[in-house]
Amino acid sequence: MLVLALDTATPASTAALVEVTADGLRGVAERRTVDPRAHGEKLAPEIAAILADHDVRPRDLTAIVAGVGPGPFTGLRVGLATAASMAQALDIPTYGVCSLDGLGRAAGPGRVLVATDARRKEIYWAAYVDGERVEGPEVSKPFPVREQERVVGEGGLKYGDIFGVPVEEHLLYPPGAALVALAADRISRAAPSEPLTPLYLRRPDAVEPTTRKSVLT
Amino acid sequence: MPDEPLVLGIETSCDETGVGIVRGHTLLADALASSVDQHARFGGVVPEVASRAHLEAIVPTMRRALDDAGVTLADVDAIAVTSGPGLAGALLVGVAAAKGYALAAEKPVYGVNHLAAHVAVDTLEHGPLPEPAVAMLVSGGHSSLLLVDDLTTGVTPLGATIDDAAGEAFDKVARLLGLGFPGGPVIDRRAREGDPGKIAFPRGLTALKDLAAHRFDFSFSGLKTAVARWVEARERDGEPVPVADVSASFQEAVCDVLTAKAIDACLANGVRTLVIGGGVAANSRLRVLAEQRAEKHKIAVRVPRPSLCTDNGAMVAALGSRLVAAGVAPSRLDLPADSSMALTSVSVAG
Ligand SMILES: [Zn+2]
Repeated sequence: MLVLALDTATPASTAALVEVTADGLRGVAERRTVDPRAHGEKLAPEIAAILADHDVRPRDLTAIVAGVGPGPFTGLRVGLATAASMAQALDIPTYGVCSLDGLGRAAGPGRVLVATDARRKEIYWAAYVDGERVEGPEVSKPFPVREQERVVGEGGLKYGDIFGVPVEEHLLYPPGAALVALAADRISRAAPSEPLTPLYLRRPDAVEPTTRKSVLT
Repeated sequence: MPDEPLVLGIETSCDETGVGIVRGHTLLADALASSVDQHARFGGVVPEVASRAHLEAIVPTMRRALDDAGVTLADVDAIAVTSGPGLAGALLVGVAAAKGYALAAEKPVYGVNHLAAHVAVDTLEHGPLPEPAVAMLVSGGHSSLLLVDDLTTGVTPLGATIDDAAGEAFDKVARLLGLGFPGGPVIDRRAREGDPGKIAFPRGLTALKDLAAHRFDFSFSGLKTAVARWVEARERDGEPVPVADVSASFQEAVCDVLTAKAIDACLANGVRTLVIGGGVAANSRLRVLAEQRAEKHKIAVRVPRPSLCTDNGAMVAALGSRLVAAGVAPSRLDLPADSSMALTSVSVAG
């Protein structure tokens, strides 16, 4: 079964093709562009290229797995709108996965903090033990790490001084294969399609006017 | 390409998620989901709230449009989407979804100009547009006069608002009068019981000294301030505010300026057709005044029905259908959402 994985919860626009078989997973290919303001322009050409490079027609796909964040809203929605629309057109299921879990899974054994940039001097974070999430996801200011041995995710690069533990610079963005691995069980048993609900973690910035403002001031 | 292309249009530039389906000049489906209720308590559209609502609404709205039209994505010849102008984050949801549909169904995608789409929608109701035509687009987000030489390639801006959009003035005055949001329909309704000649509110950019530089431009900020001063003076004196008269006099000032400038634009360009679009085109006084004034100069006024004047997917599909029929090249998959897209580009070239 050929699965497309998409993630736009970080500055990276990621598209990956993964083969899911009874024996396990085989990553076919992954493409990634890192540009925090260009998800809308980069993602679709990446998908088209990865399909063309591997002689895959869209109708050959069995399911789409999408990272549902948390991540900066505008970019995050590009991946989710793309995944949802493609799946609707192809009449195949979508499965949502926490984007931080992709990094946590890829980080492997041990106690790991996953941190990505939430802008406004904050991070999206979650804590993992042997790839399993034990705390989070949350959004907060970066903090000195106590229980974890290392940090993965691009938030680590930006706030490494504050965390005070080693940062793994080779693991900055959620890998497509890890996202598919997290949904492998649902894919294999052809679970019902899930709505891709973003993990916003923050409410929209909007204030209700309390009293009528004088137009003259 | 077929003469009567089957085109699907997606609109997400503000607070309406629209999916329309058109075959040639025939409207097959116009599905709409609005987040307007979620913005009401904020007194205006909140971009992040609108963007979240678009993402939730796009798939079910598409489902409804396809079901209503009795077609599948495999049947369509092309997918058109508003790529600008509009709210950046809101546009991006529609553009990303359009690309997803186009990619998966292996169809071409056209990024189109929202304002040109407001003009194109009239062809669904009144048939092919005699060109050249003048178009006046008035809504909460835009107030523009355009010369339309060719709907698929050539639109020239003649003028626009230099401050508030016409619909924005309606919203602000409605809030001032405690009438709620959106302001257009409620002011139209209250104005019917009022006297439009009761209060002489200013007509922006109509004085001789302004006409040299701003013949086809609009300004509604001074009008809004004049209404506020008038109302606050009454309140200060402890007098009741005659809401119906203020509504009627304000509405008359807006419609007077809009129609006078639109007719002037037709006469200055030797044009016999005036198209009016955008949410404010649904205003009953604007329609009547435009027709009265146009008749004197033998100008035909075309106003689509109110549901097609406000933002919707049908207008995007209507423009897409014209583009496909004219053999215009589609956009590429790196098509950006362009919140300040220039009026001169009807579609984004591939
Ligand atoms: Zn509009």
